[in-house]
Amino acid sequence: MLDVIGLQKTYGEGSRATVAIGDLSFRVDKGEFVSIVGPSGCGKTTLLKCMSGLLAGTAGEVRLHGLPITGPPEQMALVFQDYSRSLMPWMTVRGNMALPLKRRRLSKTEMRDRIAEAVDSVGLTGFLDHYPWQLSGGMQQRVAIARALAYQPDILLMDEPFASVDAQTRADLEDVMLAVRDRYGITVLFVTHDIDESVYLADRVVVLTNRPTTVHEVVEVDLPRPRHQVTTKELPQFAHLRGHIYRAIRPDAVAAGGTP
Amino acid sequence: MNRRRVGLALEIACPLLVLAGLAVWSSGSQSFYWPPVTEILATFRDTWLFERFGTDVVPSLYRLGAGYLLACVVAIAAGIVLGSSARVSRAVEPIVEFLRAIPPPALIPFGLLIFGVGDGMKIAIIAFVCVWPVLLNTVDGIRSLDPTLLDTTRAYGIGGFERLRSVVLPGASPQIFAGMRTSLSLALIMMVVSELVASTNGIGYFVLQSQRTFAIPEMWAGIVLLGLLGYLLNVVFVVIENRVLAWHRHARAAAE
Amino acid sequence: MTGVHGLRAAAVQPESGVADPRPPAGAPAPERGQEPGRRRAPGWLLPLGTLLGVLAVFELASRTDVLPRRYFPPPTAFFGRLAEELGTSSFWADVADTMQGWAVGLGLAIAIAVPLGAVIGSVWWLFRATRLIVEFLRPVPSVALVPLAVLLYGTGMETKVFLVAFASVWPLLMQTLYGVRDIDPVARDTARSFRIRRVDMWTRVMLPSVVPYLVTGLRISSSVALVLAVTAELVVGAPGIGQAIATAEAGGNVELMYALIVVTGLIGWGLNTVLRRLERRALHWHASQRAVGGAL
Repeated sequence: MLDVIGLQKTYGEGSRATVAIGDLSFRVDKGEFVSIVGPSGCGKTTLLKCMSGLLAGTAGEVRLHGLPITGPPEQMALVFQDYSRSLMPWMTVRGNMALPLKRRRLSKTEMRDRIAEAVDSVGLTGFLDHYPWQLSGGMQQRVAIARALAYQPDILLMDEPFASVDAQTRADLEDVMLAVRDRYGITVLFVTHDIDESVYLADRVVVLTNRPTTVHEVVEVDLPRPRHQVTTKELPQFAHLRGHIYRAIRPDAVAAGGTP
Repeated sequence: MNRRRVGLALEIACPLLVLAGLAVWSSGSQSFYWPPVTEILATFRDTWLFERFGTDVVPSLYRLGAGYLLACVVAIAAGIVLGSSARVSRAVEPIVEFLRAIPPPALIPFGLLIFGVGDGMKIAIIAFVCVWPVLLNTVDGIRSLDPTLLDTTRAYGIGGFERLRSVVLPGASPQIFAGMRTSLSLALIMMVVSELVASTNGIGYFVLQSQRTFAIPEMWAGIVLLGLLGYLLNVVFVVIENRVLAWHRHARAAAE
Repeated sequence: MTGVHGLRAAAVQPESGVADPRPPAGAPAPERGQEPGRRRAPGWLLPLGTLLGVLAVFELASRTDVLPRRYFPPPTAFFGRLAEELGTSSFWADVADTMQGWAVGLGLAIAIAVPLGAVIGSVWWLFRATRLIVEFLRPVPSVALVPLAVLLYGTGMETKVFLVAFASVWPLLMQTLYGVRDIDPVARDTARSFRIRRVDMWTRVMLPSVVPYLVTGLRISSSVALVLAVTAELVVGAPGIGQAIATAEAGGNVELMYALIVVTGLIGWGLNTVLRRLERRALHWHASQRAVGGAL
């Protein structure tokens, strides 16, 4: 469904040029949950911005349903890391969720139903008339997710959405994502720096290199579903996968005296 | 007794004491320029409630309101245009900088030339002067909108009028209100000045006429009214602002 | 009447009324969407071009009477008149008169407002006691006192100075108040715990913290002072540019009127620019002072 073909992004010109993204290609199929993980500073956010049409690549292209992306496509929704700055503070939860839906020209009933269902799937029923500042960080991020869900995109892009919350909230939000995925069957592209998270959530993990960023490898995650915070992470296969990815990202960490 | 209580008591008691003191101290005043406070208050009541209310207060307020609202509408509209394009705002920057630096009273003769001695002149002057703070603040408010918010808006394809109505204007509204507050006090000042220079009615005109005919208590009554007006306009504005921008106060408090 | 850093104005901040008690934060937002490294025409080209373009349109409209020439003389005409005026002594006398009123009034205001503000700001019960009184007196338009001033002082320089001083006191007073009250309590308490002398307390802890506020207050008061000076000249006939403008208009001398208005604009703009630069310097110094660990 989503194809990244030879994407490149260079900042600056001449001698001061920095190549953020080198030749980068991969694909995401319908219904998949794909994680993108890579070393710190490897341009994951740049990649996401290029894929979502917010930023133009220097070379290569990104295609959604076979058509090249030139600007933010209608069938795509985005969830940012800094949730508190992506929600409009002057609107209630309901208002925030309704805003992207206005261009869809839905009937009042349909809009109401969509919003109700999305809010239910993230576990925030009853908070529709609250304002963002009345909610905790984790709840605000759920609103951002619910907003994307109500929009009913073909693909959901998420840029380190759980990086700014504490560990326990993060675990809850991860499970929310899994539940949402099951309920909506939505395709998700999930950028994270947390290796455990990337394995826990995904069907496949795209591992990126340092700058200039390219795809180091794509790892299949054949862990059973439904996933569970404790039991799945106890599986030897989980440890193996995360170790593999860890080594791929930080080969120096292993070589410097750890047991391989 | 703890600090908070003492502070509160002081806040209330002191002004009252000062007022009472003024009243007492001036009660026996024979001075021509400083009549007793009680006499001023009596004159105030006789003049403004409601004998000269219609002849002077209403025209003044009308001119104030018309000029101010005109300025706000024009300034916000222009601010939206300038705020959306860095190039355009940079292009007109020296012109705006210069025009806003002209001390407003200097423009009154210009207004007299073009508009003559009527309501039109006063409204035009008030409007011209009040445009700048609102304009500049609108531009500033729009330019300092959170980029993540704007990215989100773009990602969801929210554009044009909806974007303006639901994202840009609410987002810039704290800044816009701050500019409107400054402009409000400017409007009052220019209303008075224009009435001092060329008018046949109005509160400012009344104060001047009273001075010229040595009707001193009346002059003071007019001054007190202007002070009261300044205070009330400010209070009303703050009340409205607090309601409209409640979300902003809360969001800022929550962020700290 | 607040200053500006280009049109990306740090003009007036929300929540605090007339002007942000804290001096402007400085760094403008980065230009979005610019490709770094691409060569651009010099930054002043576009604004200058626009200004010249507007003047050219004005000139054309005036000469062809699209804008009635009687009311809108062509820029070449009034700029020419301005150049002429620069050679006359009466012009400079007027400028001197205006600036004298401005300077003396402002000086008086500083002498009154700063010590008063410092005292009220540092003595908590004084602050509370006077807060309502100040809040009520502050929105009073100073121009309302013009007739009173005429009554007391006539129509000369004294009236002007009185009005300028009265109006300029308020911004300075408020800024000094905010400045004194905004002193970093940690720094102050640390100093106090070291039992440093009163004098040092003032010069080493309080003063550096207050200076940016003072400069902001000066900037605001300076433009207020100019407004009141011109008002006094216009309304009352005190000597100065304002009076000259009024006379020019009354005498049908339209080009002179325009020329003089331009002069007042330039004076206002000049003062603003100088003081804003000063303000930025003070803030920069202040920020670096604070960055160096706060207390002594």
